[in-house]
Amino acid sequence: MGRKILIAIAVFAIAIGLFFVNRHRAVPDGGLTNIAKHPLAPQLSLPDLTGQTLDLSAYRGKVVLLDFWATWCAPCREEIPQFVELQTEYRDQGLQIIGISMDDGPDPVRDFYQRFHMNYPVALGNAKIGELYGGVLGLPIAFLIDRNGRIEAKHIGATDVSVFEREVKALLQAQ
Amino acid sequence: MKLPVKRGNVVFAVIVLALLSVSAVFAFQASSTPVSRLINPDELVKILQAPKGEKPLMIQVGSHVLFQQAHIPGSEYIGPASSESVIQQLRKRVEALPRNRFIVIYCGCCPWGHCPNVKPADDTLRAIGFTNIRVLYMSDNFGANWVDKGYPVAKGD
Repeated sequence: MGRKILIAIAVFAIAIGLFFVNRHRAVPDGGLTNIAKHPLAPQLSLPDLTGQTLDLSAYRGKVVLLDFWATWCAPCREEIPQFVELQTEYRDQGLQIIGISMDDGPDPVRDFYQRFHMNYPVALGNAKIGELYGGVLGLPIAFLIDRNGRIEAKHIGATDVSVFEREVKALLQAQ
Repeated sequence: MKLPVKRGNVVFAVIVLALLSVSAVFAFQASSTPVSRLINPDELVKILQAPKGEKPLMIQVGSHVLFQQAHIPGSEYIGPASSESVIQQLRKRVEALPRNRFIVIYCGCCPWGHCPNVKPADDTLRAIGFTNIRVLYMSDNFGANWVDKGYPVAKGD
């Protein structure tokens, strides 16, 4: 009888734990902001982790997923492995993922880049870039940019990768 | 203590692991901060805008880039409190203050349950004897829960 009570307590405790862990899991649309007029994505030109200049305009003709993140941001850390898979899957069809880290310095970003086997360029962002993109005042924030450089979607907060995949595929197929 | 039989050992171990896991989840989450020590944005705004009454020392314990884009006017930036070096800076900043000083700490980097910064800062201040600390509760992030609400904002350093 005592053992059954202990098991019941354990099951309840696990349920409570899972509730709190998953309370902020990615939601299907992750706070999608409608981009009514599809403005041109603000130009950004930043040094990436290798020191090369990362210029957004160089990716015109590709579908760009621009992800604002940071190494200390837990939802970001959940998204990034999925972005790595997405990049591998759709690279040849014209997807380019770009990470803009909002960390305070490059060292943790370089370490993170290697540990998570990131396969897309990452640059260190700043307040000016954040303001250009409407204010990056919480993470993660991701923009989908079409082949013509126009912002098609903005996702605030963790977003289920299936949403990104659906949107990426639609943009890749669009004329 | 008499151990249960073999199958029971496995069950017992699962129970212990489950309880430890739940404890770990609670221990590192901002959501483990008691409600009594939280302050909502609208409450803080009222305090800041009141003509009288003690105004808190406000310390942002998150990202510098986010702080530069927008922060609560009059607040100070200390750094992401998930870093031990920042915790040391926090200690230095407050060491000379009276222990009943009204202090509000905030971050707003990410959804409340995922913030790695406010709890270490809160824990540190309480451990060194501060008795009047409140943590600014922001369910989503600083943008959604403060800036978008039209509350006062300052930019830069």
